[in-house]
Amino acid sequence: MRNTIVSLISIILGLVAGGILMLFIGSNPIEGYSYLLQGALKNIERIGNTLATATPLIFTGLSVAFAFRTGLFNIGASGQMLVGGLAASAVGLTFDLSRPVLLLVMVLVGLIAGGLWAFVPGLLKAKFNVHEVVSTIMMNWIAYWTIYYVVPGYFKGEFLETESKKLAESATLRTPFLTDMFDGSYINLGLFLAVIAVIIIAFIIDKTTLGFELKAVGFNRFAAEYAGMKVNRNIILSMLISGALAGVGGVALYTGNASSIQIGILPAQGYDGIAVALLGANHPIGVFFAAVLFGILYSGTGFMNAMTDIPPELANTIIAIIIYFAATSVMIERLLNKFMKRRSNRKDKSGPVVEKGDS
Amino acid sequence: MWSIIEQIFPYAIIFTIPLLITALGGLFSERSGIVNIALEGLMVIGAFSGALSIHYLSGVLDNNTLVLWLGLLAAVLAGVLFSILHAFASINLNANQIISGTAINLIATALTVFLARNITGSGNIRITSGFSPSNVPFLSDIPVIGDLFFTKTYPTTWFVLAILFVSSFVLYKTRFGLRLRSCGEYPQAAEAAGINVRRVRYSGVLISGAFAGLGGALIIVTYAGEFTGTVSGLGFLALASLIFGQWKPLGVLAATFFFGFASTIANVSQVIPELAVIPPILLKIFPYVVTLIALVIFSKSSQAPKAVGETFDSGKR
Repeated sequence: MRNTIVSLISIILGLVAGGILMLFIGSNPIEGYSYLLQGALKNIERIGNTLATATPLIFTGLSVAFAFRTGLFNIGASGQMLVGGLAASAVGLTFDLSRPVLLLVMVLVGLIAGGLWAFVPGLLKAKFNVHEVVSTIMMNWIAYWTIYYVVPGYFKGEFLETESKKLAESATLRTPFLTDMFDGSYINLGLFLAVIAVIIIAFIIDKTTLGFELKAVGFNRFAAEYAGMKVNRNIILSMLISGALAGVGGVALYTGNASSIQIGILPAQGYDGIAVALLGANHPIGVFFAAVLFGILYSGTGFMNAMTDIPPELANTIIAIIIYFAATSVMIERLLNKFMKRRSNRKDKSGPVVEKGDS
Repeated sequence: MWSIIEQIFPYAIIFTIPLLITALGGLFSERSGIVNIALEGLMVIGAFSGALSIHYLSGVLDNNTLVLWLGLLAAVLAGVLFSILHAFASINLNANQIISGTAINLIATALTVFLARNITGSGNIRITSGFSPSNVPFLSDIPVIGDLFFTKTYPTTWFVLAILFVSSFVLYKTRFGLRLRSCGEYPQAAEAAGINVRRVRYSGVLISGAFAGLGGALIIVTYAGEFTGTVSGLGFLALASLIFGQWKPLGVLAATFFFGFASTIANVSQVIPELAVIPPILLKIFPYVVTLIALVIFSKSSQAPKAVGETFDSGKR
């Protein structure tokens, strides 16, 4: 409950800061925000697009949150998304299987590729105590350059040097039933995968021994070890699962929302995943709602930019400011405490009768 | 082979300098006990404010060299101002330093592009002319060394090397340096000895902001000439070189030069026949793989400041 209040206050402060920015460049914040909301939710197609935008964010948010529960900071979700997306696209472009089998294989290889990409930092952390922040950043750039050369080398697009060949309609996560339901939006099966992932991860964290052990390692690595848990194995496992989630996020992004991979870009969703996880208090349900909020911000800014002079980077700025406030939540909590105390003081003054259990 | 090295060397140095000054900034912050993953964002801020002020000042002032130096100054100030955000979050509010740093990286990249797009329309800020490289008189005539170190150099290169020298002196030979290092190793003991840990850490983070801002602007005034909203991961590379260099000024110099040299080779490999036979992908990922390996090798004898990344709790034993 307290986490939720802190997150909500962070969001409000972020939105206020965004409004001040709009004022600063001479635009009307109320107009800006109303276009932003319209752009994200005006009709059924736009709602579909918003949910699709949120899909990879759900995955990366889960990825970061899951590692964070074990006390690990997976800043490499971008790289894991890239290799996951590349593996899935490679399968989709190469093999000619029946659609259900093909999609299943694509998701699986994306999951494995992302997991392996995070396995390296996990292993280095467990065996050599190499800080995962630096090693995942290195893995990000290795992924960046790998895609930079592998895509033009083996899967070059027909028109552009900078992106891969387009996947056939039947080899993407898009499905006519969803597209029709949402009036031609690019919403796709990735959303279902994301919801399933939210449920599975919530189950693992809250209901299984594995989840308990991972959390124990996150709280106090040494206490966990003393209690007989295999800390190193848990660290590696946590990174594997975290990477696998980001990998599937890559599949959803590159073979669902898009149908090709662009080179020379580390997907921003990887870093936004940190914001999503933080705002969602590292819980899968919270992650889901935080991702949807960011989906609204991102998909609404296009329309806002078309109707006003406000640059679309407003969304990123608001999100970044929200994370800063969430990171400095101590400040908000102190204010909350002060506020609560004052209220209870006032109550004491008005009615001196102290009920049982009220003190 | 030698002639290739001779050709590459000046470019490698040019590429090294922004990395060096940024990593050096990171060194001050981490030695004081604050992890500064925000170097990337601070570089972006520096690049943006440097490019912006040069863009405007060049219409007002005639002296281009003066304009460029003023641009660098603006970048330093902007870096300091922005790093206050990180210092405030991690020192006063006990925030998780990595999250605060990440937030600043995101704010920096988003905010600068937001403002730049509002100013120029495209989101890029071009400067009319940067520093021009020149040979150092007399010294460039020395055989071997002259060709490697004293040809096609920028004045900023010497400036940064001077900062490196001074920093090294400040860290190891002055009272402030000793206090800074003690706050990163054992802040509780430092406090017991009468040192204001929070204030020392503030200065560490602000210095890192100044240096990273300068590093970002140096990219603009030397080889880039244009602000495009990113410094393409150089800040993270600086962070890696800091670890690679084991938190020591000379180690950082060696590590950043390694990255500078490796990146330059990767960038020019296609035009040099001897290097063109190596697949470019290997050259590009080489520095990152080496860093990972180096981290493994150094892991047993890591010289990391002991208290780096921990929030300061003066009651802790």
